[in-house]
Amino acid sequence: MFGTALIVFREILEAALIIGVIAAATKGVPARGRWLVAGTLLGLAGSALVAASMEGIAQFADGIGQELFNAAILGVAVLMLAWHSIWMAGHGRTLAVEARTIGSAIRDGQRTLSVLLVVVAIAVLREGAETVLFLYGVALSGSSSLVEMVTGGALGIAGGVVVGVTLYLGLLRIPVRLFFAVTSALVLLLAAGMAAQAARFLVQADVLPSLRSPLWDVSSVLPNESAVGAVLHGLIGYDAHPAGIQVVFYAVVAIAIAGGMRWVNSHNASSKNEIPHSP
Amino acid sequence: MQKFITAFLLAFSFTAFAADIEVTLVIENHRFQPETVNVPAGQKIKLVIVNRDATPEEFESHTLNREKVIPAKSTATIYIGPLAAGSYPFIGEFNQKTATGSIVAK
Repeated sequence: MFGTALIVFREILEAALIIGVIAAATKGVPARGRWLVAGTLLGLAGSALVAASMEGIAQFADGIGQELFNAAILGVAVLMLAWHSIWMAGHGRTLAVEARTIGSAIRDGQRTLSVLLVVVAIAVLREGAETVLFLYGVALSGSSSLVEMVTGGALGIAGGVVVGVTLYLGLLRIPVRLFFAVTSALVLLLAAGMAAQAARFLVQADVLPSLRSPLWDVSSVLPNESAVGAVLHGLIGYDAHPAGIQVVFYAVVAIAIAGGMRWVNSHNASSKNEIPHSP
Repeated sequence: MQKFITAFLLAFSFTAFAADIEVTLVIENHRFQPETVNVPAGQKIKLVIVNRDATPEEFESHTLNREKVIPAKSTATIYIGPLAAGSYPFIGEFNQKTATGSIVAK
């Protein structure tokens, strides 16, 4: 039972962290709760579908379909997060800090939320599909009773949710002045980490060269499978021994998003001065 | 865009024709066979994993930095390496008690 709980927890952890960051980053956007729930439900429905068609996906493209599928959905998530970050750099500060529910804020806020819906759905989809497959395997092998399996699964899911909620509440305690900077940085690193994961899948599928693997190895200091390593992996894409190409993807995406945010910020500087500052 | 597509196709054709070293692992009764796989160091290896069980398994190795779900009764391909000489343990995450093994690069 605890084995089941632990594995389900580890699969859920990453999705829970991503949802926690996104929930915090969109604080003050009207009706975000509905969008986050919709994204999670879409992801859950998708998980069952992906798990059911896993065989087809795995056999696709000469046995590397799973990697291409994962890399593709991670790529979509990276684009969505980049779009969100750059948009928030222009409009988000007022929205997040003042939490105005005027018409344009609702409209603009929902535009960015529809983008984040995709990210949340994808996060749940990836981890959820593996959870479904795992539980299906446990059920089929008959090594645990149904009660044990359901209890273990529920414990694992609850644990993941607790971590996500803790992260969310922790982020909310950051002073308002810093809040925007911290959540923006987290979303940026989340996107860069996903890009690095996409690169790893493409190396695994032999579509990209690894460019020296590993580039460095700090697994003796902080291994991926340790609790802290796993949380940092889900949060900022930590990898104890990345391939060179993963580092390249990470850096390129981080620099591109940071550059885009700066550019939008400086472009909006003049219009921002007209907005009266609240004390 | 044209360049990108060409590069992409080249990458794929390279995949199709590269003469990689191929190693096969079989999963049966939640165990890997063989449990120790010897491979040459410094070369790319095509790892073919055949899952004969009626349940899915996830091949996972932290040291190789690889993870992949292998559905029941199916075959998956994972590219690894080039590896430095050494031992790289792996597990079947869904059946960690029995499904263990390692790849030894020499």
